Amino acid sequence: MRIGVVTFPGSLDDVDAQRAVTYAGAEPVALWHRDHDLRGVDAVVLPGGFSYGDYLRAGAISRFSPVMTEVVDAAEKGMPVLGICNGFQILCESHLLPGALIRNDHRRFACLDQRLRIENNETAWTNEYDPGVEVTIVLKNGEGGYIADEATLDMLEAEGRVVARYLGENPNGSLRAIAGVSNARGNVVGLMPHPEHAIDRLCGPGTDGLGFFGSAVKALANA
Amino acid sequence: MARVVVDVMPKPEILDPQGKAVQGALPRLGFEGITDVRQGKRFELELEGELTSDRLEQVHAIAETLLSNPVIEDFVVSPGSTTGSTTGSMTGSTTGSRSEVPR
Repeated sequence: MRIGVVTFPGSLDDVDAQRAVTYAGAEPVALWHRDHDLRGVDAVVLPGGFSYGDYLRAGAISRFSPVMTEVVDAAEKGMPVLGICNGFQILCESHLLPGALIRNDHRRFACLDQRLRIENNETAWTNEYDPGVEVTIVLKNGEGGYIADEATLDMLEAEGRVVARYLGENPNGSLRAIAGVSNARGNVVGLMPHPEHAIDRLCGPGTDGLGFFGSAVKALANA
Repeated sequence: MARVVVDVMPKPEILDPQGKAVQGALPRLGFEGITDVRQGKRFELELEGELTSDRLEQVHAIAETLLSNPVIEDFVVSPGSTTGSTTGSMTGSTTGSRSEVPR
């Protein structure tokens, strides 16, 4: 099982994402933003960071990088794709996911161990979680406010595409406390918190994040 | 050479934290009576040759595809001054000649 992790100029969490893939029992494969090549991987992670310096809008330039042409194409054919933080922003800019992410309403960078509820455990990236389970995963963002128009939000709720929701105080002004959403098919998931930082008790709040990567391995094994 | 200006603004219903931060700073500097500030972006595009309707349509596509995110932002395309005006006096000439291209 090979899971690719894309490195853009300005990616920060690509190495942590690769480590999380290893912890989940798969082989991490480094992918480069300038290559029109997914190197035969079975799934792709778009990691956190500040790709292209967040110039123009977070994720706006990355969306047009050569590797994203391949990612969009593969995602539309059903390949599991997880976008974390900046990766989530890239997926929204790519129109693989609806909505957009704007600057936190309180205008401060948020960095905390965030409690979440997994609202949908039927996606390619959440099938290892029990339905409605509460987890603690690192959240760190400056532009993490999820927004979409009311009709889109209602549609996401009705179709069970809100994958995770913030518990407690809303950390960034996201509408309906949405922390993550999926596409209709459930293979593409965008998540603002960082599960790759919650896979080892030594350097994180626990191991609650590991399930995202284990879920992809399970989804691929069953495919 | 032709110049086209694209102004991008957050949609009215979208929260603009940057604008709020600017507005919040004004009273501290002694500027009173400013009830709202919204912050956007301005792009100045230099085009080869004459500004035809095709070229303007192309700029419109650029604005829609890359310069703005239609989920959160609106944009206005304004043909700027044409050949010869290389003096850099853009700011003086745009306000009068601003015309909106329907989306």
